[in-house]
Amino acid sequence: MLGLENIWLVPILPLIGAIVNGLFGKFMSKSSVTLWAVGSTGLSFFIAVIAFLNLLSLDARDRVFEKILFTWIQAGSFTAQAGIQIDPLSAIFLLIVTGVGFLIHVYSIGYMSHEEGYARYFAYLNLFMFSMLLLILGNNFLLMFIGWEGVGLCSYLLIGYYYEKDSASNAGKKAFVMNRIGDFGFLLAIMWIFWTFGSIDYTTVFPSASQVLPAGGFAVTGITLLLFLGATGKSAQIPLYTWLPDAMEGPTPVSALIHAATMVTAGVYMVTRCNALFNLAPTSMIVVALIGAATALFAATMGLYQNDIKRVLAYSTVSQLGYMFLACGVGAYVAAVFHVMTHAFFKACLFLGSGSVIHGMSGEQDMRQMGGLKSKMPITHMTMLISALAISGIPIFAGFFSKDEILLSAFLGHTKGNLVYWILATVAAAVTAFYMFRLYYMTFSGELRAEDQHVRDHVHESPNVMTVPLIILAFGAAFAGFLGLPIIEGGHALNNFLGPVFHTPGAPEHPHASLGLELFLMGFSVSVAVLGILVARHFYYVRPEAATEMAAKGGFIKTVYTTLQNKYYIDEIYDVVIVKPVVSFSRSFLWKIFDVKIVDGFVNSIASFVTDLSSLLRKSQTGMVRNYALAMALGGVFFVGLWILALGN
Amino acid sequence: MLTINHFLALSAILFVIGVVGVLTRRNVIVIMMCIELMLNAVNLTFISFAYYLGDMTGHVFVFMVMAVAAAEAAVGLAIVMALFRNRETVDVDRVSLLKH
Repeated sequence: MLGLENIWLVPILPLIGAIVNGLFGKFMSKSSVTLWAVGSTGLSFFIAVIAFLNLLSLDARDRVFEKILFTWIQAGSFTAQAGIQIDPLSAIFLLIVTGVGFLIHVYSIGYMSHEEGYARYFAYLNLFMFSMLLLILGNNFLLMFIGWEGVGLCSYLLIGYYYEKDSASNAGKKAFVMNRIGDFGFLLAIMWIFWTFGSIDYTTVFPSASQVLPAGGFAVTGITLLLFLGATGKSAQIPLYTWLPDAMEGPTPVSALIHAATMVTAGVYMVTRCNALFNLAPTSMIVVALIGAATALFAATMGLYQNDIKRVLAYSTVSQLGYMFLACGVGAYVAAVFHVMTHAFFKACLFLGSGSVIHGMSGEQDMRQMGGLKSKMPITHMTMLISALAISGIPIFAGFFSKDEILLSAFLGHTKGNLVYWILATVAAAVTAFYMFRLYYMTFSGELRAEDQHVRDHVHESPNVMTVPLIILAFGAAFAGFLGLPIIEGGHALNNFLGPVFHTPGAPEHPHASLGLELFLMGFSVSVAVLGILVARHFYYVRPEAATEMAAKGGFIKTVYTTLQNKYYIDEIYDVVIVKPVVSFSRSFLWKIFDVKIVDGFVNSIASFVTDLSSLLRKSQTGMVRNYALAMALGGVFFVGLWILALGN
Repeated sequence: MLTINHFLALSAILFVIGVVGVLTRRNVIVIMMCIELMLNAVNLTFISFAYYLGDMTGHVFVFMVMAVAAAEAAVGLAIVMALFRNRETVDVDRVSLLKH
């Protein structure tokens, strides 16, 4: 098993690339920076593919491979091994991360070619790959946490890549702080797991979970809710989602890799990885499903009237992540992973496509300036159209299969209130189709609206190094869905592959829908999506002036429009409810009272006590030689006298 | 008849004269002379006891003290010279610059 034995190389190679580019990139030529960065990622993709094929050749029940590299921490009864574990779940994520990661590295060569700090960019990107792969391949919670923090760090660094821009560095900080809130929950959950199980290894924790923890008990509910808090931070779910739209300040390939295809799905990976725990906590499952469904709709509506092309995609990502959590919450883990996979293809393609558009438009991101790019950027147009169809859930495209499976699972789900989830998710699907095609029509159809003549003259299709990854991803977006064919018995390859991972005690039985119901639901969601597309076509293609006319009329529609455009004022609400009080509390109490008066006061008073004492003692030092001589003489007399007295007695 | 007590009394008187001189005089040179006087008072004590006890150790000590006293006088006078060159004074009360 050459591939499986060498699986530890998969995260190590990008780490080497990161170190070389990070330390020496400044002194190397652009082409050698590229070679190290893209080469290491490509090699690790190659090894990942071999490992995956090796895993496939094993018997379905034996598809778990664990390799302990060394003992990392040993303290009392606490042991943490540095080990690599690969099973079908991590193998799927491994392929997504290395595959999409490799494509985006290639794309970045073209996209970043004119940017400052080329080596810095690739060093961060490689470091991200290392952290993400560590997160996926680690064999215990602590390694996952290290990877988890690592991707958070890289996300921060890459969002703030254009650090001389105020908004970029602020967005980086916002992402970091929001993530830290979630990480705090994750860390507490790890401690709680160690406290309960005495171990943090997956192989110890998960098989014994159903014996150690009573189902539905306080402990397991607490652990899973804390884990989920971590997931809401990393995967941008309500209430911690606000950092993701701001994260679009980073370079577009970063948005594609980190904030669409891989890092934000880490939360989904964590929840599916811990399915043995989540299955035991029905309350947590309801929370996960509800938050997922609510986020799916809420974020989709916020994407309706954004004018920044990347922000639309950002809200769309939040919304799609909501779908994945909805699937987790109703126990359809396979559907969640399936959607992670198809989403990685079509969303990465959409982001890279938008990057290509922005590149062609000389950095313009406002869709009101675009239009008519269909003929000028044919490849970008084609790939984005395929991805838009995929995300909208139009049959034969990948998104249709995965989204439909989630909708079906939500409808049949064993958790209470499944109809609510289904309704929320279906409405969100319609909204998704609308805003995706709003984006499509505003960008590609009609007339070019850019006012700047320089921009108008420079519109061009991107170079091959950018379009080839787009085409590959578009293929994925078109055909990846066939890995999970519905209805046909045994047609769901992904289910067969992932099945053993999710056969844990307490796993929900998947209710089988009748063929008629399944077809009806499918038809319904497709017609809802088509409706969304048609509405978008009406407003942004057939009669582009209709939307403005309606908004101009004022009244209710205008209120809705401004509310949506301001994203329900959530950022402002957070600002007033949380940020401002914390800042003013810090300023008025922590700084001016606690720090200045108590901490500084304590230190300063010790110093002034010593000063006062010494100024008293200083009076004895007159500087007069005769005074010192007198003191010496008196001292001599004193001691001699003492001696004589002692002799006398 | 001279006894040991006479010698000891004489050296005590010389020593006290030296101490009082060191404490009361302001001229550095006089102070140094007084220190010499104290040292010689001690020397006299050593000699007296050496004679009284018939032990030569006292003599050895006296030679040692004289050698040290010579060195001390040399160093001390050099300091006085340097002081005078810089400050044009030999008054110890006026030499208190190192006091804060």
